[in-house]
Amino acid sequence: MPKLESVAALESLRSDILARRDATRPCIAVCAGAACDGLDSITVATAFKSEIAKQGLEGKVDLRVTGCHGYCEKGPNVVVGPKDVCYFEVTPEDVPGIVSATLKGEVFEERVYKDPQTGAKAVHMDEVPFYKHQTRLLIGDNPKIDPMKIEDYIAIDGYAALAKALSTMTPDEVLNEVKKANLRGRGGGGFPAGSKWETTKNAPEKTKYVIVNGHEGESAAFMDRAMLTGNPHKVIEGLIIGAYAIGAQQGFIYTRHDAPRLVEHLKAAMAQAEEYGFMGENILGSGFSCNVELHFDVGIFVSGESSGLMRSIEGNAPEPRPKYIRTSVSGIWDKPSNLNNVETWANVPQIITRGADWFTSIGSERSKGTKLVSLSGNVVNSGIVEVPMGTPLRTLIFDIGGGVRDGKSLKAIHFGGAMGGSIPADQIDAKLDFDEMSKLGAPIGAGGLLVMDEDTDMVEVARYLLDFLVKESCGKCVPCREGMYQMLKILTNITEGKGKTSDLDRLGDLMEVTSAASLCALGKTASDPLKSMMRYFKDEYETRIATGGGAGSQAI
Amino acid sequence: MSEQKIDGIIEKYRGKPGALIHALTEIQHELHWLPREVMEKVAEALEVPFSLVRQIVSFYKTFSLTPKGRHEVHVCTGMTCHLRGAAKLMAKVAEITGLKPGETDTDSRFTLERGSCLGSCSIGPELIVDGKHYGRMTPDKVEDVLKRYE
Repeated sequence: MPKLESVAALESLRSDILARRDATRPCIAVCAGAACDGLDSITVATAFKSEIAKQGLEGKVDLRVTGCHGYCEKGPNVVVGPKDVCYFEVTPEDVPGIVSATLKGEVFEERVYKDPQTGAKAVHMDEVPFYKHQTRLLIGDNPKIDPMKIEDYIAIDGYAALAKALSTMTPDEVLNEVKKANLRGRGGGGFPAGSKWETTKNAPEKTKYVIVNGHEGESAAFMDRAMLTGNPHKVIEGLIIGAYAIGAQQGFIYTRHDAPRLVEHLKAAMAQAEEYGFMGENILGSGFSCNVELHFDVGIFVSGESSGLMRSIEGNAPEPRPKYIRTSVSGIWDKPSNLNNVETWANVPQIITRGADWFTSIGSERSKGTKLVSLSGNVVNSGIVEVPMGTPLRTLIFDIGGGVRDGKSLKAIHFGGAMGGSIPADQIDAKLDFDEMSKLGAPIGAGGLLVMDEDTDMVEVARYLLDFLVKESCGKCVPCREGMYQMLKILTNITEGKGKTSDLDRLGDLMEVTSAASLCALGKTASDPLKSMMRYFKDEYETRIATGGGAGSQAI
Repeated sequence: MSEQKIDGIIEKYRGKPGALIHALTEIQHELHWLPREVMEKVAEALEVPFSLVRQIVSFYKTFSLTPKGRHEVHVCTGMTCHLRGAAKLMAKVAEITGLKPGETDTDSRFTLERGSCLGSCSIGPELIVDGKHYGRMTPDKVEDVLKRYE
């Protein structure tokens, strides 16, 4: 493929691709997201391939192996377009049935969704309860794309936003659109991305960097990987648009090394983007150039922290730096470096294409757009969910998630992984909103939502999370290294029935000092889960100390 | 053969101190550990102090200073897997292999590791052997899975 030298060349390529495709031809999309992959969906894809060959259906039925569709609980997932008929828990034995039904324009009834109570069937994606309450602006394209094929992305208007930005907008106009959209960082902080971009843009140094944080170390968060694995070009497109607005000549994508499919897709996507001229020198003939490098986290949580991540890209140990100088002014090799999370970058193309006014029409008053949420824990339907900001947690957990597993009752909702917080079941009507959730003590974080049932031992939850963080602390600053360790010791004593009445005061002191004096967010927020416990579940701790261990200490 | 490959990786990054982590990651994937001689070669070629190589290797968990087994067994201990019984799964794997997390058996068959969170939360608890995910794992299914790896 020769490099695209202009926006017109891109548009003519897009018309060519669409002309070669028949939108009415059935397309079978087999999910190979992390969960489906773990359930051997690849054997299903292979079975489809041989069935199509056996029946000589090449050219009549298309097959596509895709990233995560979302409904991980019911994997392996198969969606048959163009009408989006959904099949769940598909096995290779179901394949001939699905193929022949598809050919006849019928539905293979055995594998469609059935309501567990009423038995009522739901055939199409927009009828399945898990999907119908969602607004899938970001993840919704996954079933339409083979992540290894850039043409699939171009076919659904991919890189149109980049073309628009480069050919019709000045960098300032792009920046203003993102500011006006009030796009807030999806990685945890909820800081306005536009203001961050502006800081880097206005920093005096000429050399500037843009970075995708695809580290996703937060436990029980898996949506960024699904986004980056299933639709890598969307993130790349957002990154290049950001680089143009900021005036950065170099981008970095930082992600996990331990997800083979993620690495494979990202490498292929970057090579193709470069080949087609969406990154590298003179992008789409605009005169703007930006190269992108891929870097890997090699297994430590703190390298997801912005300044730690930047040390890691430099080739050093990821020890965070004090924040009196922001990384947006002095980051990688002391140059201004703008870092955003995968989901934040993925939002950029649609803001440019559809405009800030459209974007701000979705969401709550102060949190705009949609949010990807990884729904897991003791919930009936776990998976990746995308809803408008401001959606009540009840919708997420009950309407989409199908409620608590095994008929048990809801005890707590935990957001934000090891540095998040837990709120009790009676807060179920709280809204998914950066500020509202922070006020409640369970900030959204990156979007890992964990449902906890009645059997959950809240002392053990806090102990487990601290145990994780103690192992992940880089050890550079004392408050984090020692403070967390002391808290863990006290909590371990309580879970072992050796708690003392003075323990809660001691914990209170440690929480205060650790959060005030630690260098980076890891130490500063390490006690956040415990703070939420003291706010909502203190009686459970007091009872445990008074009675000396007992109930529920086995399971979390 | 392997030595040639290692030398090839090192040559690729000669004179590029910033590529230290890349070079070590590739070697780790190849050898499953980082022998001292190899680290010395890396230090010399990339023009970084040996102490920096040691710091990086001992800091990041992916790198190993001791040889690992032929098969790497991870039990995910992320939050969802933990809620869904990862502790019992880990106990069973430890019993079968006779290993604690981080250890390698004397036959170099298995190395046992905890992994936190490996991102397949919907099918937890899970066992990962050499990168292959086994979802919805229960203690009674573990033995059958491990038997497949000699």
